[in-house]
Amino acid sequence: MRTYTFLKTKPFLLGLLLCAIGGTINAQEKIVTRVPADTSKTSLNMDAVYNRPFLALKNTPVALGGYLEANSIYSSEDGVSEGLSFQARRLTIFMSATISKRIKFLSEIEFEDGTKEIGIEFAAIDVAFYPALNFRGGIIMNPIGGFNQNHDGPKWEFVERPDVAVNLLPATWSNAGFGLYGKTHKYNWIFGYEVYLTNGFDNSIIDNEENKTFLPAAKENEDRFEESNSGKALFTGKIAIKNRKLGEIGFSYMGGVYNKFEEEGLTLDKKRRVDVFAIDFKTTIKKTGTYIVGEAVLIKVDVPDTFTQQYGTKQVGAFIDVVQPILKRKVLDWDNATLNLAARFDYVDWNVGTFNETQTDIGDNLWAITPAISFRPSAQTVFRLNYRYQWQKDILNNSAAKTATWLFGFSTYF
Amino acid sequence: MKFNFLTLIIVALCLVLGVSCEDTLIPAPNENELLDGPIEGLTTAQQIQFLSGDEAFGDVFTIEKGLGPIFVANQCASCHAGDGRGTPFVRFTRFGQPDTLGNQFLDMGGPQLQHKAIPGYLPEQLPAGATFTDLIAPPVTGLGFLDAVSDVDLIALSDPNDANGDGISGRPHWNNIPDYVTLRPNSISQNGRYISRFGKKGAAYDLLHQTSGAYNQDMGVTSLFESIDPYSGLEEDPEVSTQTINDVVFYLKTLKAPLRRDESKPEVIYGEQLFSQIQCASCHMPTLNTGYSPIDVLSYKEFHPYTDLLLHDMGSELDDSYTEGFAETSEWKTPPLWGLGLSKDAQGGSYFLIHDGRALSIEAAILLHGGEAEQAKSKYTQLSEIEKQQLIAFLESL
Repeated sequence: MRTYTFLKTKPFLLGLLLCAIGGTINAQEKIVTRVPADTSKTSLNMDAVYNRPFLALKNTPVALGGYLEANSIYSSEDGVSEGLSFQARRLTIFMSATISKRIKFLSEIEFEDGTKEIGIEFAAIDVAFYPALNFRGGIIMNPIGGFNQNHDGPKWEFVERPDVAVNLLPATWSNAGFGLYGKTHKYNWIFGYEVYLTNGFDNSIIDNEENKTFLPAAKENEDRFEESNSGKALFTGKIAIKNRKLGEIGFSYMGGVYNKFEEEGLTLDKKRRVDVFAIDFKTTIKKTGTYIVGEAVLIKVDVPDTFTQQYGTKQVGAFIDVVQPILKRKVLDWDNATLNLAARFDYVDWNVGTFNETQTDIGDNLWAITPAISFRPSAQTVFRLNYRYQWQKDILNNSAAKTATWLFGFSTYF
Repeated sequence: MKFNFLTLIIVALCLVLGVSCEDTLIPAPNENELLDGPIEGLTTAQQIQFLSGDEAFGDVFTIEKGLGPIFVANQCASCHAGDGRGTPFVRFTRFGQPDTLGNQFLDMGGPQLQHKAIPGYLPEQLPAGATFTDLIAPPVTGLGFLDAVSDVDLIALSDPNDANGDGISGRPHWNNIPDYVTLRPNSISQNGRYISRFGKKGAAYDLLHQTSGAYNQDMGVTSLFESIDPYSGLEEDPEVSTQTINDVVFYLKTLKAPLRRDESKPEVIYGEQLFSQIQCASCHMPTLNTGYSPIDVLSYKEFHPYTDLLLHDMGSELDDSYTEGFAETSEWKTPPLWGLGLSKDAQGGSYFLIHDGRALSIEAAILLHGGEAEQAKSKYTQLSEIEKQQLIAFLESL
């Protein structure tokens, strides 16, 4: 994993800065207020980037926030275990500022696995013309699927992120670019849209050490914040519709040319496209309080016929989480402590198709089921115990490698 | 109430965690159901090198790391999934040598066709007029034992003029060897050639020869040993380190020999008897012995590969009009049969047997035998259905 240069060379200074800010906040405790996340029924996944608990300093336009995720893990694949490990998955810090009326700024910096991977996930200015027309520019998160928009650890009952979001789509993938978004509502209906042009993917999606078509490989490309590998813009668009009683559904598309097809005026290859289609939904069954969220993805990639079939031209995947609160009451000083039972189903097929040589099905797929228990002393903090059972087939469709994993951890906003 | 709620949570967690971890984790399969794994008795240092080689064997070559520009596969494990036999998906083609006079198409891309190419490049095309054969990769288990069989033993097994009159005339493949190989202890030379034993035609002298050739011809990766790029035909800087190749060679040498299954079942025992009675064992020798090996656990060991490592004329059905070294086009090195029953576990659940994977069952493979194996095949066809099933049960137990 690579780190972005200025952060890699200055982690100490950054830490010092954060400590200084923290110290200031402590010293002025009385002027700090906690701004809770907006839980109104008009918010959509697209609002998640601002819809977080912040610490606001009175009489200043700046608000700070963040979350921490850590866990222990013990897994075994076909009888072979690497033993017990403790993981500091991610520390994310976000800061927002109201610059002037109608203009605001938000940045999100993430430290994954300690300082192994440090990245700016989001750093954009928003200009509000109307509720239905806003401009956003800077480093933005491409709004493909629901998880990419609404990925904060404390919002989920599972330690692992969904496979479709991290092993098919590039989770929390951001790029330099610009676009428009907006939202409108009438009666029980809310409608939102987003359209962006950004830098895009590169050849690593079909040439990587995962040995499969792997869009997340593009996260390794540091140059995407300064140039488009293909010289063409990547389009990302999403529409979302929500009914306050039924739930939210989103349709998103992301596509463009990914390869460097010409350089210095010379043609190197034909233009090759990657096209991604996603549908996401979430709902709560009012009668039982059951929360259901899911996402399905279809990816098509133009891979040269003369390249190896190891890299697939078509990929599909999906996940669904079902979360059932079973107890909700005051515990100690936590007024709304909640105990949940949950289950997640993951499915990813990295290579849909048949071998040219035998016309038999290509494997390279994964299934997993994860039952979970989670305890939320408050909405901002979750303790999670997960057991994940996974079946993964290699490209030849040999018998699945089976992996069982215990995970225990927490995630909390601060 | 608070106490009760907390108690409930804690009890629930304890119940979950109280379940034995062993019960919820994946049990290891039986050792005899797997092809991979090291031979027993390696020292700690040898185990560390085995793990390094294992990692390198699975290493994926990207364009940045030297893949291609033209290639067949992008990692060792593509052709040897689970250390087993290859599949038609990674079938490859060799061309250009119609007789023992050498390859006539070396300046046109021979001996191997790199039929894949990285984006922006065109793969190699089969030159007009070149004879060729299609091949799938062999399993790689137990190779250290085969490598350590002495030349004297192989010469003793050979019968080039069929002096015993059994219709079988195996001979060692006396071949020229590259400069970089180190001769085995007590190796024997004949007219400047040495006994080669790896590859379908037995044309590779040892595992270093085989491995560096595979990096070069299969993945388009140059090394200190094979420094000519298959695409440009020019000498290039090494794209894989000598240490990595040495580690992979060590890994191949120290992969365990496949272990048998069901050997006490009556049908398997009867099948083993039939295997000898119908002369299969004349070429597929059940037992060989190693000579000296610098790896202690390989020295002076009896093992059961079901091969004699010799070249045999297999008849017109398996004559592809292509050869390597000094083998005739109809001659093939006897492939070891150990691990045969586990082949399909690495081939997507189906058998792809014989050198090019055309045989989709063990019986189909038997029926493709000819030449020196014609008698054995004929005897097989005369067996009753039950006897055939017993013979195949035995083969699947290997």
